[in-house]
Amino acid sequence: MNTIGKYLLGITALIFMTNCGNNNNNNNNSNSGAMSSSKAEKVYVAPGEHDEYYAFMSGGYSGNLTVYGLPSGRMLKEIPVFSQFPTSGYGYSEETKPMLNTSFGFVPWGDSHHPDISQTKGELDGRWIFINENNTPRIARISLETFETEEIIEIPNSAGNHASSFVTENTEYIVAGTRFAVPNPQRDMPISEMKGQFKGPLSFVSIADNGRLNLEFQLNMPGFNYDLSHPGRNKSHGWFFFTSYNTEEANTLMEVNASQNDKDYIAAVNWKKVEEYVKNGGGEKVAGTYAHNVYDEKTHTATSTMKEGVISVDPRKVEGAVFYIPIPKSPHGCDVDPSGEYIIGSGKLSTDLSVYSFEKMLTAIENKDFVDDAYGIPVLSYENTIAGVVTQPGLGPLHTEFDGQGNAYTTFFISSEVVKWKLGTWEILDRQPTFYSVGHLMIPGGNSRKPFGKYMVAMNKITKDRYLPTGPELEHSAQLYDISGDKMELLLDFPTHGEPHYAAGIRADIIKEKSKKYYELSENEHPYVAKSESEATVTRNGKEVHISMTMIRSHFSPDNIEGVKVGDKVYLHMTNLEQDFDVPHGFSIIGANTSEILVMPGQTKTIIWEPKREGVWPFYCTDFCSALHQEMQGYIRVSAANSNTPLKFTLDDE
Amino acid sequence: MKTLIKSLFLIVLSVCFIACNSNTKTTENTNDTTSNEVSNEKTGQAFIKDEGGTPNALQLAIGSDDHSTLVAAVQAAGVENALVNVGPLTVFAPNNAGFAKIDEATLNDLLKPENKSKLAFILTHHVAPANYPVETLKKNALKNRKLYMASGKYLEVTEKDGDIYVDGVKIIATVNVSNGWVHVTEDVILPRD
Repeated sequence: MNTIGKYLLGITALIFMTNCGNNNNNNNNSNSGAMSSSKAEKVYVAPGEHDEYYAFMSGGYSGNLTVYGLPSGRMLKEIPVFSQFPTSGYGYSEETKPMLNTSFGFVPWGDSHHPDISQTKGELDGRWIFINENNTPRIARISLETFETEEIIEIPNSAGNHASSFVTENTEYIVAGTRFAVPNPQRDMPISEMKGQFKGPLSFVSIADNGRLNLEFQLNMPGFNYDLSHPGRNKSHGWFFFTSYNTEEANTLMEVNASQNDKDYIAAVNWKKVEEYVKNGGGEKVAGTYAHNVYDEKTHTATSTMKEGVISVDPRKVEGAVFYIPIPKSPHGCDVDPSGEYIIGSGKLSTDLSVYSFEKMLTAIENKDFVDDAYGIPVLSYENTIAGVVTQPGLGPLHTEFDGQGNAYTTFFISSEVVKWKLGTWEILDRQPTFYSVGHLMIPGGNSRKPFGKYMVAMNKITKDRYLPTGPELEHSAQLYDISGDKMELLLDFPTHGEPHYAAGIRADIIKEKSKKYYELSENEHPYVAKSESEATVTRNGKEVHISMTMIRSHFSPDNIEGVKVGDKVYLHMTNLEQDFDVPHGFSIIGANTSEILVMPGQTKTIIWEPKREGVWPFYCTDFCSALHQEMQGYIRVSAANSNTPLKFTLDDE
Repeated sequence: MKTLIKSLFLIVLSVCFIACNSNTKTTENTNDTTSNEVSNEKTGQAFIKDEGGTPNALQLAIGSDDHSTLVAAVQAAGVENALVNVGPLTVFAPNNAGFAKIDEATLNDLLKPENKSKLAFILTHHVAPANYPVETLKKNALKNRKLYMASGKYLEVTEKDGDIYVDGVKIIATVNVSNGWVHVTEDVILPRD
């Protein structure tokens, strides 16, 4: 022990000295002094100036999508998608409640995950951004003109829509996966009998030119957990790749039982072949109920349609369309480089990164070079599809993005770092710590043929001491890195909202000019719109009272209403008459069992108020709209249920 | 004498840390590491001041006199952050006596600066990215389930006379830490290949 102790002592000291020496040697590359002030300059966006990039960060368990500017890290907006949002009244107003309708009824919350921006010829076109919901499987489409959720489609026969909402390079399809294998169709059966019985359907949703989503078909895959996916691009356009774990088909203590196999699978799907098969009458229509919710910009109203039935395709019946590729240890991320040649699978428990070659995969398929089959789906050989391995790059690899310069950037959860490596040589070029335990990372355009390789954002799961403490619950931290040089340079820390599982970024000039400033009042087709104060009305139909009220700086019309009775159901339809950028008006009334509504210029929104007590009840504008905002208020008189108070509505006693 | 060496050891270590720190003050966050071990930078979760609460695996080892060799090795290999991660982690922690059993030549070789990544590999071979309390280890032995380690290799679990062995190395104590489990072993687990 003594001798060993000495050795250890001497050698450990040596190692430390070597480390110190390294630091000294690196002084020239360091970013201290004048260099660190240049970091500040790199993220400084002067007052009144705009950021260079938009970053759209998933809100995770907030159910929403947040919009940030890069490089400043300033949050610009929170877009409600799958969750009720009292700030604007989304999911509370009568017009938007149908957006949250599902085959299970109204669901006020969702778990948003992976945003992806529409593409044309493999490049971001900035028309829409899509985002998936994991819990009640859904996909949403958000307009990048209005920054509003325009459409939500539910995915039937699925559970845990995690491998989503990645979009093909001409925005032909978005996919949805099944992370939790389930009986398909759902039925009452013993859990322990899941093996071979459960399924993992992969859904393909098409996007029309006007953005409308349509569930085209579902590939009824074996019941593994399909975790993440990305479309082929460039040379591999027409294919989709999905990682899967739990090929063990375990149903309990998954943290142990789903980690037994040395290898799980990447599913390679030639969706063009499946599409053709379905067009020629292939597949069978199976049961499946799902809500399809569409928001109409003219009526400012969403409608929810319950649809029935979906085309189910048995993957074994489509020749040459579906294959499995073995991948080590419960893979998570599945990323495709800008050329489409390399498919990167991150075995989250593996110490290596496996990179597959699309060309080699095609050759292996052509040569029928199969090593096995899984429930009738051919399994390609690992050796004959692998392009290279990044050896021991870090601990816990998760996700990879690309800079368009031949480099890849992979996050490592356990060792809390981003590692930059070279495609083709697999050599590690740089590594930078993240703070802490990074999940996804995002390079604007990093999932297209043409990434904008200037910045990279690391999205961390653990915050700990990065900001002033705010009790046990902390917002997740993100770090911005400059990746324009050989080495990644940490520029900025900023908190994010909810849990940003993933993000999508785009150069701001692609979308900022077409951002909508207000809605044309003349084009408002809401059934209860009042396009001028003279059109404002109050009508009674039995116990239902419809009030079409206008809002303009700085009054409501009408602002005095009488003849409402206890037990009435009062619809307050509010039209904002303003035709000016950034002049919303808000509305709320005491005793309403719902949120306020924020009404954009030219828009009509409705909340329901069911007065329970007699009296004179005030309402007011909730958004500080003008110098006389405090005066923007009014009264509704509520009489007894059996009273004879006549219906009367006035503004300035007229 | 042993104690003396230990203290000497720690003092030298601290001196090195101080020296490094004073350097990093002027160099700030430089990291030129491109080799294949985890980040050697003294930043990250391992260096958060986190008093109170259940200790994590690294904090536990640091606080244990009987694991000073392990701690020194972890620090030398720069794998601290791998032990403080949110986990869940299961760490097989050889005590000082366990390290003392390694033959001198092997240890000597391992601790050479050029073998830093080899040392890191051996240490990560003691860490599983999983939750393995004693009951689960017993079950794994019974069901013949191997343990997948952060080294990318597997360990076999066996049970004999009520004791649990990983690749033949006996577990002599178990502590529940904030990010998983630390099982104290009486030997170092050397990867088979």
